[in-house]
Amino acid sequence: MNFGFTEEQDLLRAEVRKFLDANASLEEVRKQAEGDSGFDPKLWKQMAELGFVGLSIPEAHGGAGLDLVTLLVLLEETGRSLLPSPLLSNVVASQAIQQFGNEEQRGRWLPGLANGSRIGTFALLEQGDDLSPEGLCLEGKRDGDETILHGRKLFVPDAGRADLFIVAYRSGGAGEECGLAVVERQAKGVSASDSPAMDLTKRLGSLELDDVRVAGDCILAESGGGWSAIQRLIDLGAALVTAESVGAAEAALEITTNFAKEREQFDSKIGRYQGVKHPLAEMYVDIESYKSLVYYAFWALDEGAEDAALAISRAKAYASETFPMLGINGVQLHGGVGYTWEYDIQLYLKRGKWMRPMYGDADYHYDRIAQLGGL
Amino acid sequence: MDFQLSEQEEEFRNEVRSFLKENLPPEGERNAADFLGNWNAKVREKRWVGFSWPKDVGGGGGSVMEQVILKEEMARHRAPSLGTCFMGLAWVGPSIIQYGTEEQKQKYIPDILDGAYQWCTGYSEPDSGSDLASLKCKCVQEGDEYIINGQKIWTSIAMWSKMMILLVRTDTDVDVKHDGITCLLVPMDAEGLEVRPIRNMGGGAMFAEVFFTDVRVPVENRLGDEGQGWQVTVSALANERSSIAEVYGLRRKMEELKDLARNTRRAGSAAIEIPSIRRRLQRADIRIESMRLNGQRFLTKQLRGEPLGSETSINKLHRAALEVEMGELAMEIAGSASTLMRGSEDALENGRWADFALGWPEVVIGGGTPNIQKNIISERILGLPKD
Repeated sequence: MNFGFTEEQDLLRAEVRKFLDANASLEEVRKQAEGDSGFDPKLWKQMAELGFVGLSIPEAHGGAGLDLVTLLVLLEETGRSLLPSPLLSNVVASQAIQQFGNEEQRGRWLPGLANGSRIGTFALLEQGDDLSPEGLCLEGKRDGDETILHGRKLFVPDAGRADLFIVAYRSGGAGEECGLAVVERQAKGVSASDSPAMDLTKRLGSLELDDVRVAGDCILAESGGGWSAIQRLIDLGAALVTAESVGAAEAALEITTNFAKEREQFDSKIGRYQGVKHPLAEMYVDIESYKSLVYYAFWALDEGAEDAALAISRAKAYASETFPMLGINGVQLHGGVGYTWEYDIQLYLKRGKWMRPMYGDADYHYDRIAQLGGL
Repeated sequence: MDFQLSEQEEEFRNEVRSFLKENLPPEGERNAADFLGNWNAKVREKRWVGFSWPKDVGGGGGSVMEQVILKEEMARHRAPSLGTCFMGLAWVGPSIIQYGTEEQKQKYIPDILDGAYQWCTGYSEPDSGSDLASLKCKCVQEGDEYIINGQKIWTSIAMWSKMMILLVRTDTDVDVKHDGITCLLVPMDAEGLEVRPIRNMGGGAMFAEVFFTDVRVPVENRLGDEGQGWQVTVSALANERSSIAEVYGLRRKMEELKDLARNTRRAGSAAIEIPSIRRRLQRADIRIESMRLNGQRFLTKQLRGEPLGSETSINKLHRAALEVEMGELAMEIAGSASTLMRGSEDALENGRWADFALGWPEVVIGGGTPNIQKNIISERILGLPKD
């Protein structure tokens, strides 16, 4: 019985932390996030060289071939730093190709995603903001060997800088008839851009597909994949977002706790007052608890355990309900300065806003738990 | 991460399972007196009573992991408790094993393991609840006897106990209030000791006030040194930290709640179809699962020999919230019928849920209130200044 990390994983955490401390202080993070691309391409390249970007991509395709629990360690730390990077998007895209592509497709795309030269993302949501099969309307019409995609994708992570889009589309009239296409940014009829959004450290944008022709060998999971492949990517995305939210929430708690240890009112550090310390203790309880849930979920994913999807939904439901509140309470406990652009706590409040709906809010995951037999 | 058991642990689990298969009757027959007597003798013989205690005092010498396995299997199969001397097994015994003299060990430990009689715990006083170390119950030595004067309160099962583990103040002239406290083992039939049961808000009486008027006990009944009482009571509480028994208890209650929600019709549909009820059931479910996994993380730390501090307050807070929430939820699911108590033919399940909804303080306040747990977390883990 061991519900902890290996020595190698602890070493990786230390290495990542050292790297981020040197390159992604919150001052740096603000600069990177406020820049045009929303992240620092030089840093991204370094992360690729250190093996972080391709951590979970098989060695045969240029990655480090490590399991998802190891990736979790990396994500906790990038989350802690609020690192603006397309890492999550890239992981979802590479997992899509790895899990649902054939060997030729893996060989074609994974090396570029592993070495950081190309950035992948998953384009799923549309106007209805609906994560169920009914929400998928973008049509893929067969024309000989090609599929013609037409429509608009919304809330696409890192849309402005992605080179490869894993596009979910509807291949049949209704229900579960759908597929995943790999669309290159340069393809004719593709336009994508970021939208102004609350959390500058996480870019979201839209993708327009105007009769984009996709060759047959760019379709993943066409045979027999259907909705279940898309659902697995949603589950994976939810797990990744929750993992980053562990680190981010711990940082928000630390910042607020440190503030409460310094700030004096009524001749005393405010952290002495139960009205201040109890909400902080409650935050700690929530973070530790969804941390346990998401750790287990990652282990279950690696093991292919039957309850992996259930475990992810439990973790994301808990995190979606508590992390956004934690940001709000963090700002409130800071008082007036918490409301300023200058103080850092607001960055975490915004991260909470970003993460709540990302790959399903609490309500979505509660319904999913029920669907999976958990009620 | 690896949740597999070792071969030896797997073997132990199989041993427990086959024992249960052989010795556990169907659920309706587990309260029969002759079965329970037999059960107690058998688990005692297996040394599963006091399983974590060293073998030389009569315990089982079970490893931390084996303790978890045993608890988990017992809880999963809804087996009766292992041993009947609840407080004796939970903390009196461990305190005696750690701090007791050879005579004390021989005198008390076998009886605790056999469940010969009950122990009660004299810690809280009217003015010393959450701030336990401020206790005042006075104790002076006279010759080879201690003379006790004062009062204890919230003493669970005092009226049915033969012995009490008691904290008294032997020294009022100390810089740190914790240092003047001494631990005594007191027979409940001592002259001058009076027990007055307290009726709780549910109508029952599980705890009592205990009054001491010139109660004399021999000095040899002192556990540990004079002034060491605080340490004696605190350090003996370290045990395996998986929360496994609590988790199974809560899970069982959750299953009953879900059944109640499935079988109760509210405004034309099953209560479980009402979105607000569903969400609350699921939220409670997730909290219980997080308790289970938190426990696994604490257990991992324990197995690695890392010091375990105040993290266990996390699960205490979850449990406290769940005890209240589940009682409330039952009442919202069942509506008016849940407010009727035993004796009414219209009461829900003979008033069982009403009792539950009135019973939470025993757990929620008993082991240290939620506010105290939050102080512990914020001061000892987050390092905030002491209140």
